[in-house]
Amino acid sequence: MTITQDPWDTLRTSALLGTDRRPLPATALPLADAVDPSDPATALLELAALAAVRRRAGALPVPAAEPPGPPAPEDPRPELPEAAARRLAVLLTGRSGGSGGGTLANLAELLPQWLATARARGLRPPAALVPGLLDAARARSELRPDTVALAGPLGRWLAERNPDWRFVLRTTAPEPAPPASSTEQPDDTADHRPWHEGLFAERVTHLTLLRRRDPAAGLELLRGTWSTERAEDRLLFLDALQDGLSPADEPFLEAALADRSKNVRATAAELLSTLPGSALAERMAERARAAVRLADGGTHLLVTPPAECDERMQRDGITPKSPTGRGERAWWFGEVVAAAPLALWRRSTGLTPEQLLGLRVGDSVDETSSSWTDDLREAWARAAVRQHDADWARALLGPAPAPPARGAGRARSPRVTGAPAKLLAVLPPEERAVWTAAFIEVHGLGEAFQLLGACATPWTPPLSTAVVAALARAAASGAYPWSHSGVLGMTERALAPETAAAVEELAAGAAPDSAWSETFARLAGTLRFRAAMLAELAG
Amino acid sequence: MEERWSTEHVLSLAPDATSQKAAGKLSSPAPWSGTGTDGAALWGECRGSGRTPYRTVIELATPAYQCSCPSRKFPCKHALGLLLLWSGSPEAVPSGEPADWAADWLKARQERAEKPAAAPVDPEAARRRAEKRGARVAAGAAELRLRLADRVRHGLADQSTAGPWEEVAARMVDAQAPGLATRVRELDALPQERLLEEYAMLHLLATAATRVDELPPELAATVRARVGYTLDNADVLAGPTVRDRWLVLGSRDTSDDRLTTRRVWLRGAKTGRPALLLAFGRPGQAPDLALPTGHLLEAELAYHPGARPLRAALGRRYGAPEPAPAGPPAGLTVAEAVAGYGTAVADDPWLDSWPTVLTGVVPVHTPDGWYLTDGHHTVPVRASAVPEAALWRLTAVSTGRPLTVFGEYGHQGFAPVTAWTAEHRPVGLTTP
Repeated sequence: MTITQDPWDTLRTSALLGTDRRPLPATALPLADAVDPSDPATALLELAALAAVRRRAGALPVPAAEPPGPPAPEDPRPELPEAAARRLAVLLTGRSGGSGGGTLANLAELLPQWLATARARGLRPPAALVPGLLDAARARSELRPDTVALAGPLGRWLAERNPDWRFVLRTTAPEPAPPASSTEQPDDTADHRPWHEGLFAERVTHLTLLRRRDPAAGLELLRGTWSTERAEDRLLFLDALQDGLSPADEPFLEAALADRSKNVRATAAELLSTLPGSALAERMAERARAAVRLADGGTHLLVTPPAECDERMQRDGITPKSPTGRGERAWWFGEVVAAAPLALWRRSTGLTPEQLLGLRVGDSVDETSSSWTDDLREAWARAAVRQHDADWARALLGPAPAPPARGAGRARSPRVTGAPAKLLAVLPPEERAVWTAAFIEVHGLGEAFQLLGACATPWTPPLSTAVVAALARAAASGAYPWSHSGVLGMTERALAPETAAAVEELAAGAAPDSAWSETFARLAGTLRFRAAMLAELAG
Repeated sequence: MEERWSTEHVLSLAPDATSQKAAGKLSSPAPWSGTGTDGAALWGECRGSGRTPYRTVIELATPAYQCSCPSRKFPCKHALGLLLLWSGSPEAVPSGEPADWAADWLKARQERAEKPAAAPVDPEAARRRAEKRGARVAAGAAELRLRLADRVRHGLADQSTAGPWEEVAARMVDAQAPGLATRVRELDALPQERLLEEYAMLHLLATAATRVDELPPELAATVRARVGYTLDNADVLAGPTVRDRWLVLGSRDTSDDRLTTRRVWLRGAKTGRPALLLAFGRPGQAPDLALPTGHLLEAELAYHPGARPLRAALGRRYGAPEPAPAGPPAGLTVAEAVAGYGTAVADDPWLDSWPTVLTGVVPVHTPDGWYLTDGHHTVPVRASAVPEAALWRLTAVSTGRPLTVFGEYGHQGFAPVTAWTAEHRPVGLTTP
């Protein structure tokens, strides 16, 4: 053994084997002579102590090998006001777990609103909070679009470094980037590598982004690999064409009507039916005209349901068998009318939607039968939702229900066929709120859950007032708050903060320590919290 | 006008995450009434589910809390909620005179604090006790030396015949040497490649403990502290003190099932000396010492004696902490930090790390681990001492650009505690 070896290595070898088996090594350590060698084990420990302290005290810095990677791109947005940043810290600490009672709504429920507002204001969160934000969005995918937009370039930079945050790289922001920033952001979609090499979600993101920027290029990209895609993937890629759908897509979609997969065929047919002037829409219009005609004198509509579901109809997306077990001809009839362009009815009859809906509906064979009324309304309602036709949706919903005349007894539910919440969603936000407020004034909150869900948040002051009044009536009627828990949860998030004073009054008016007083107090607290939260974001 | 605390600071007082969450819900004005502050204290009544509201008082300087709620958490969610309210919405806590119930408590507290601790000591009995303990510790240390040597004799590769160290640790507890016991207990979990180093340092300590009376007084004090002799803060404060404006560099909490330990690092603005304050809390209770990072506190400190004094007792304060002037604290290059620790180890060979401010470093994450680089040199991050989330927060704050970081640097690497943003704001990396 030479003494030029690292003294630490020689000491370690002896210690591993034991001084019973290995003699005490000679070491080149300074001061080694001062160690008493009479007990080899003790001497070894003392030499090791010398070596260890010498190493610690005399350590030299490690030269830097390679420079660190590029820094995150600068974020030109102004930083959040300090109070808003503090609020975010509080909201993020409350992100895990349930509400557990308390005097405020579950803070996690307010995070989406905070994120959407901060994003809309174009603010930048403090860098220290970005990891917490990304963690929150990792656990809750509904937060991702707003979080990714808010986290900005720093979020993407972090996601490239931490695999836990990879979702950032495959999340699309629902709105296109404003043109101002497009000069700073490189056009990620010019490079098609994600499409050819990426994971499925990354490919969908790439296609969606490209489609928004350049619909024709998106179609071309999809067409290039279409024949080799799996059926489930084809279905979702087809969905991505909804953005920027135009007649240029028609030949491709027409070809997709012959796809091997039934779901792909149905989706292609649905897309084509919403494409005005498409050949499929024209074919459906022809079938619909044959199925419904205005009887002589224009007093009623006569229905002749399709007699069969021929091959051409099947190719256009109509399945021969009703999935609900409904009569086949009625099923085909509904499918045809729902897929036909609504404009056809005014064109062929000269009547408005309101006038058409006011007509009696009969069977062309048995004119006294009125069994087709509901089928026709139902199909029109589906068409109105699919084609985003506000005129038809308005006519189908009917006027907002008026309060019953004094002494007229309980109002009847308005005759709304189909899903009113879906029809409501077709209307402009203001109109939705007015209609829903009127509905609640007459019918209370019992059936309003889905309608309220279709309204834009925060609710308009009139709608908020209507909801608060309905809650007050429910409390006065002796109902239990938990029978309205669904609406209450939504109310905490959506009620206009200006209503806080009215709710506090209700809290004060309710029997002390009752469930309603607690409910109202909690609601008022949440409203105050939200008002403060939104005020902070305004700067 | 007193300086309000930041949300982060208030949340750092919370005993656990549940309390933080609960306090967040009480941070709006709605449940509160009769709130007020006179600059030295906060008070308010919080409406809960019961008929009578809870009465909450906070004395800010210490800080100390009092609440009429039955919670066993300390501080309770009401105290934290009131602090958050004051921190976030000052207009909701107007200036005024304390309500009677608040004034009563504050007065009683002040009287207690002024009462002299009268505990007459029999100096002869104390001397006998100290002598007896010295003998037991020396005997325990001698036994530890034998155990260590035995293992080296048989070889570290073959540990099958030796029992677990836990048993030896228990002997050290009996010998009234809890410091030795803690180090011994950790040996069982060490990887083999670090065993010889730890054995050697422990051997060195045990040897020093058997001959502590022959050592220079400072080194003897270091050895006693590491063996597990404790000093009362009051006794330390009876000795010489250093008055300075102390910059709070950062703090970190660690907890096991018996104790929460809070470390607060300071640096004197005039003297440049680092200091470490320790505070303890039972599980479910936050330690009662809370100093906001980045603030200056004018106070007297008394250092515990030692060859490399660091730990200190906080004595008289002159006013509340106030924000330090803009800009991160002055720091070192990586090379200077490495040299600085080396110098410190020369004084105290058992020193595992030394408080260090690094300037102009970038955190880098690689498949082999984390390190910090200043372009010329790198230091590895002591990942075992820092949660992964803290390192990502550091990365986010840096945005990949050089920044100032405070932490502990030692032979196992650098453990970051605080980072300063591009806007010169301190960010606690391990506080929520």
